[in-house]
Amino acid sequence: MKDSPASAPRVNWKDPQLAATLRARHARERRLKILGLLSLGAAFAMLFILLASLAASGYKAFVQTHVTMDFVISARNVNPENPEKGKYRKVIAESLQAVFPEVGRKEMRQLRKILSNGAQYMVRDAVVADPSLIGGVLRLTVPVSDPYDQLNKGEIDRTTPESNRRLSDREIAWFDRLKEAGMISTPFNKALFLNADSRFPELAGLKGALWGSFYALLVCFLLSFPLGIGAAIWLEEFAPKNRFTDIIEVNINNLAAVPSVVFGLLALAVFLGWFNLPRSAAFVGGMTLALMTLPTIIIATRAALKAVPPSIREAALGLGASRQQVVFGHVLPLAMPGILTGTIIGLAQALGETAPLLLIGMNAFITSAPESAFEPATALPTQIFIWADSPERGFAARTSAAILVLLGFLITMNLAAVILRRKFERKW
Amino acid sequence: MQPENSQVNQQETGAGEIKISARDVQVHYGDNHALVDVSVDISDKMVTAFIGPSGCGKSTFLRCLNRMNDTIDGCRVEGDIRLDGEDIYAPEVDPVHLRARVGMVFQKPNPFPKSIYDNVAYGPRIHGLAKNRSELDEIVEKSLRRGAIWDEVKDRLDAPGTSLSGGQQQRLCIARAIATSPEVLLMDEPCSALDPIATAQIEELIDELRRQFCVIMVTHSMQQAARVSQRTAFFHLGQLVEYGETGQIFTNPSDPRTESYITGRIG
Repeated sequence: MKDSPASAPRVNWKDPQLAATLRARHARERRLKILGLLSLGAAFAMLFILLASLAASGYKAFVQTHVTMDFVISARNVNPENPEKGKYRKVIAESLQAVFPEVGRKEMRQLRKILSNGAQYMVRDAVVADPSLIGGVLRLTVPVSDPYDQLNKGEIDRTTPESNRRLSDREIAWFDRLKEAGMISTPFNKALFLNADSRFPELAGLKGALWGSFYALLVCFLLSFPLGIGAAIWLEEFAPKNRFTDIIEVNINNLAAVPSVVFGLLALAVFLGWFNLPRSAAFVGGMTLALMTLPTIIIATRAALKAVPPSIREAALGLGASRQQVVFGHVLPLAMPGILTGTIIGLAQALGETAPLLLIGMNAFITSAPESAFEPATALPTQIFIWADSPERGFAARTSAAILVLLGFLITMNLAAVILRRKFERKW
Repeated sequence: MQPENSQVNQQETGAGEIKISARDVQVHYGDNHALVDVSVDISDKMVTAFIGPSGCGKSTFLRCLNRMNDTIDGCRVEGDIRLDGEDIYAPEVDPVHLRARVGMVFQKPNPFPKSIYDNVAYGPRIHGLAKNRSELDEIVEKSLRRGAIWDEVKDRLDAPGTSLSGGQQQRLCIARAIATSPEVLLMDEPCSALDPIATAQIEELIDELRRQFCVIMVTHSMQQAARVSQRTAFFHLGQLVEYGETGQIFTNPSDPRTESYITGRIG
């Protein structure tokens, strides 16, 4: 049968050439899918390795070996008139002597090192708090020093020759005797959160860093949130479109890409150099971080404002709302979830930022938590930096633990961003 | 007043008085001359329809009447537009005040993502039209009644306006526009996003509204223009080609371009 000239020639879909093209198309699609899954798998594997290695090396820092001992507080060593000035080193030595009667005066210097250097201050604080203890016996649980903590956690191999080991056979024997007597315990390491930094790993904690980070983020938020939103509103809603605003726009995008260490140098020159603001203070740290967070917030806010449908603006304008009423009454509330998400992500970035804080001296060794934003402090990432740099074995695990704490805060903040977005998301 | 057929009776109280008069209106968007020499007198208490192919300038002209074009960058309006003899582009006229007098309803229903009550109360609130809550309640109820949606929403004024159906949303938007007691209602293709049943309800409402307002609507549907309006203006390529009684435009157009359009040859 001949086709009539009016009807279009029919495509033969069974034609092997066409079938081959179709197969090739499907194959390409499959390849793309497999590649996508592979890259996703690789990303997850990396994340898993990172978290697993951190957890493996860090979990031991969340417990700390303690020893529970009876401390004899004699009036000879501690004057009841002035308990603060007592001879607590002697109290410790005498109490240890009671447990190890055979140890001589010379060996006592070694024996005393079983207990953390902080033990004498803990005994002192307990006695100052309750002077009636003088003349009696105080049962107290105090941390052991780092080498013994490592021994208890199995980090020191007893089979290595004595000369290559951090603890001698005799020291290990002392510890084992304490352990056999049931005086050793390994409770949760509260000091990790309740103490500030210390030279001694068993006493070192993150309190100072947590407060420092808190004050710095607070200052950063208070500065960058209103400034960022204000700038974004002006640029998006009020600014005329001309060369000047174009230049501003380009530079805000550039600013978001500037390496953070440059902001640190700027802060060092301007805040510390010109204005003589205090060194190492969380306030200055917060201002420096605000410089970095500002472009992020401006960009996120502008995107959120742009995403508000123009029909809402028209509706309000058509009813006779002024420009400012449209922005603050309609556009801004609708853009708020996006703005908050962007802000939280910006702050999370700031929380993990290290380089600018190093430059303004927030990596100082500070053994007390800051009482205000103007006192010297460290921050979480700089604390990690300091600990990673410390030679004592105990700091290795504590570095990992501190990273886990930092990651915990970051995950919490990102989660908060997701929840906020879900909660305030509106449909129109 | 009794319901009357809109096609027959055009002589109600106040009908025929000139509400808006435009002379030699030119609109430029940057280099684009969007509207050329438009002169028209629009009567009060009537529905005037603007028809024409896409991009002919009918919406542009509508947006000149409440100065919504002011908000577009690079838009320039020249000429003379008077509302009750008063130049609305005069420097002493505040567009915010003007837009309360000249309400607008848009193509896509655009209720605020707030409660039905707050949607209607928004205009009176920002303009300070109600002294207290009970007065505001009264305005809201009256507006919703005039928007022919009161019976459907009176039990759920706290529900979000966006939870209504498309046709209900558009009637809510009309009620919202009425709430500031405007003199003129501009409608920019108010039914183009609605199904036929909702369209019929809105058309009925528009016919009702012309008793109180000067209604100007842009429409793509010539049948709608023929059904609802008393006057029709045909725009083509930025020019006002023909303007007159709706019946006359559709049955006996004087310009060949109008005839081509309504018979479907251009557009």
